[in-house]
Amino acid sequence: MERTEDLIELCLLMGKIMQQNGAETYRVEDTMTRIAQSFGRDEAQSYVTPTGILFTISPGAPAKLVRVSARETNLEKVKLANNVSRNITSGEMSTHVAYKELRKIETSPTDYTILMQIIAATLASGFFTLMFQGSWYDFLPACIAGGLGFIALMNFIRLFEIKFVAEFVASLLIGFTAFSLFSLGIGKEVDKIVVGSIMPLVPGLLITNAVRDLMAGHLISGLAKGAEAFLTAFAIGAGIAVMFALF
Amino acid sequence: MLIEYAIASFFASAAFGIIYQAPRNTIIKCGLVGMIGWVIYISLVWEEVDSVPATLIASFVIAVVSQVLARIYKTPMIIFSVPGIIPLVPGSLAYDAMRSFVQNDYSVAISIAAKAFMISGAIAFGLVFSEVLNQIMKKMRQTKAQVR
Repeated sequence: MERTEDLIELCLLMGKIMQQNGAETYRVEDTMTRIAQSFGRDEAQSYVTPTGILFTISPGAPAKLVRVSARETNLEKVKLANNVSRNITSGEMSTHVAYKELRKIETSPTDYTILMQIIAATLASGFFTLMFQGSWYDFLPACIAGGLGFIALMNFIRLFEIKFVAEFVASLLIGFTAFSLFSLGIGKEVDKIVVGSIMPLVPGLLITNAVRDLMAGHLISGLAKGAEAFLTAFAIGAGIAVMFALF
Repeated sequence: MLIEYAIASFFASAAFGIIYQAPRNTIIKCGLVGMIGWVIYISLVWEEVDSVPATLIASFVIAVVSQVLARIYKTPMIIFSVPGIIPLVPGSLAYDAMRSFVQNDYSVAISIAAKAFMISGAIAFGLVFSEVLNQIMKKMRQTKAQVR
């Protein structure tokens, strides 16, 4: 028989890792209750919001809370946590081993170097410009503006405590780069350049997840994600807007 | 010209796979999923279908393909669907809306923003719809097994 405290800790850690790295709300709730069920705890309940997770193992037992303060998207970690949950429910992994494994996943370094991510963001900006009917003349300036914006975002997030300020400053930089390159005669349509290069910052995943959570009945999660997406979009828009006013 | 859009959307989605730190061996598949979605979307728009139903159909196909891939590789579906839907996200509309707001052109801004909202709703609806379909199929299989 597994100790109840260990099981609760395991479920909470699992939920926290999944929620922090961008798994869907229903999947987090589902995974937590399923692990509990695999140990015969059929009445476990979990309540997941983007900022915190509540979990109780049985109706009379006290509920436990985990705070989720920072969220990012790391699909590799979601996959690894999912594998651990599969192993637990099929009975191949004990709670002790699973907990150790999850701790390792939580602190493991990212699979891609920062340089690779910057290159990816740079290329993504250029190709998005092409997708939005920009010409090949706009490819290079979009790459430069998008890449610089992404570098700025990664550094400013560490510098400023508030994420939206970092996004505002990054989009200021994108706007400045795009408009200055354009006025130097590089690029054909400044609109397309700006649209492509802000794409790595745009909260596309959040907007979609927000509507999806609302539809699935996770009203609190949906509204919270929607609010976060709106603030991010506003920060980006405001940054570009300032540059519009200046140029 | 379709081939140019296909290549651009492949690299854009694959690059987003890297930004979102998808597992290394899934990056190419992420790009392919994004490419399928964008090619469907752009061909529908060229056939003069409105962009909201075009987005709905494209996101539905993306979700179905992601679900099939998720079942084959035993991974969560979002690994494929998240980078895949990124091309459909109305980033350029949101930008246009914001620009019109700044230029005090509120009526244009509101209508573009409403369009952007409708498109994000269509993306979400496509995803949810494929999930519902998946659950119905699962339930039908279970009842069939019970009848036998």
